[in-house]
Amino acid sequence: MNKPYFEILRPGINTTIQDKGRYNLYHIGVSVSGAIDQRNYKLANCLVGNNLDEAVIEFAYQGPHLKLKNANINFAITGDIFFKIIRKNSKIEEGECYRNYLLEEGDQLDIISTKKSAYGYLSVSGGLELQKLWKSYSTNTKAKIGPNNGNKYSSDDKIFITNSDVKNFLEKRIDYKALIDNTIRVIKGTNFNYFSKQAIKNFFNKEFLVTNLADRMGIRLKGHKIENIKNTNIKSEGLVKGVIQVPADGNPIIMLSDHGTIGGYPKIANVISADLDAVGQLTPGSNINFKEVSLEEAENIFKAYSEETIKYLNESN
Amino acid sequence: MIKNILNLGDAAAYCDFGSEVNETINNNVINYFNQISELTKNEKIEGITNLTPSYNKLIISYDLTVTNFKKIKSIIENLEVKETFKKNNKEIKIPICCTEDFSLDFDRLTRKLKLNKDKILELYLDKEYFCYMTGFIAGMPFLGDTDKNIRCERLETPRVRVPKGSIGITEQFANIYTFESPGGWNIIGNTPKRIFEIKNLNQPALINPGDKVKFYQITKDEYLNWNE
Repeated sequence: MNKPYFEILRPGINTTIQDKGRYNLYHIGVSVSGAIDQRNYKLANCLVGNNLDEAVIEFAYQGPHLKLKNANINFAITGDIFFKIIRKNSKIEEGECYRNYLLEEGDQLDIISTKKSAYGYLSVSGGLELQKLWKSYSTNTKAKIGPNNGNKYSSDDKIFITNSDVKNFLEKRIDYKALIDNTIRVIKGTNFNYFSKQAIKNFFNKEFLVTNLADRMGIRLKGHKIENIKNTNIKSEGLVKGVIQVPADGNPIIMLSDHGTIGGYPKIANVISADLDAVGQLTPGSNINFKEVSLEEAENIFKAYSEETIKYLNESN
Repeated sequence: MIKNILNLGDAAAYCDFGSEVNETINNNVINYFNQISELTKNEKIEGITNLTPSYNKLIISYDLTVTNFKKIKSIIENLEVKETFKKNNKEIKIPICCTEDFSLDFDRLTRKLKLNKDKILELYLDKEYFCYMTGFIAGMPFLGDTDKNIRCERLETPRVRVPKGSIGITEQFANIYTFESPGGWNIIGNTPKRIFEIKNLNQPALINPGDKVKFYQITKDEYLNWNE
């Protein structure tokens, strides 16, 4: 029997395999990677009955156009995505996110674009036929780590799918809509006192523009210059997802999943864990602002975020 | 020893060993790193997801669904740390090619340091370097200390793309960009040598903390014909 796979008719802008991330390797410079939007990644797996840590296909802006070979599958797409299913009899169905579909051999899936967000997720019941590297399926294209030799997909590649039984296909849905909130909650950074009073005031009261320099590593912002009054460099030290560094030019950079593990620019603040999914979904041209919360508040907000995620996950069962 | 433990956001602890950079402080950081790694591996501490040792800091990332800053801080404060840092005497020789197409920042350096290219290179190649830490991108070594006369600040706006193999300097440090990446160091040359190899699953980084590194210059021909 021939292995089931997706033929890639169009790869999309940045289509990679991701999961919860690759841990315990910061000390040799390997970042966590993993799905930028962790909640949508989990919801995608949940909708097709997978374990929540199964590998998914992540795409950015323009997604892939795929043709299914050698099997029938059960799939779901999460995010804010415009996609179509082209049946082999040429009938076209408008796709809906947060529900699963049966896709038959020869059918096509055309993920045309994200709408007001950057990333979306495609899950397949039973998962994808891949090897883990250092306990994870995540792809880090900068370090060439992960599936497809650490590269994003291109037209000549195939995405192999694990055989799974779809005879008893059951439709599942989750009533989910991500809140679009341009206020990002942060905790003061470890170099907060490197910045002038006016800079701090600007940081919390002015809007910042998300520039075109936004990818899985990080997002460069532009706005009122954040003036440094102490030292524009620090001795290089560890970074984590969500750190906001300010280099000498005064424009903040937010670190995302493929960030460098070490950095030498002062840290003005850190995005709270509960807001990381939303930050990752920001698109160039949007304006954001920052709001300070305490560590205790951040922990409580995260607890609420986790409980809400679980509530959505249970909803589909 | 640790001077202060702060929270870095809500999911990491920032252990500060001081502001100076020297081998003694760095060894201290590595002792803590070794011990906490061991405890995490043996499941004696819950929820730690990553450790990032650097010159004089150790960052401990944790899973906020399992633990929190208060618990991690208390564990670290009550840790009795043993001397585990073993002087690693691995000596590694790294070839460097410094033709104009590779040495992107010599104009900036000659202007800021008021030394010509030959002098900067002579001072750079003369020294043997100590590896303080590995990171930023996979396998990138942070080496020190460079000669006092060739120390220069980072670029004001970091480059979006620094070519793979680039060798950069800033302040008293040198590094090697093991992959193409954004970065703000002053680039003086490029090496054809592989510094990070995935196939070596247990030790993918060629240069690890404690190693000694010496650079030697090669020609463009030698660079192009490099074979490992």
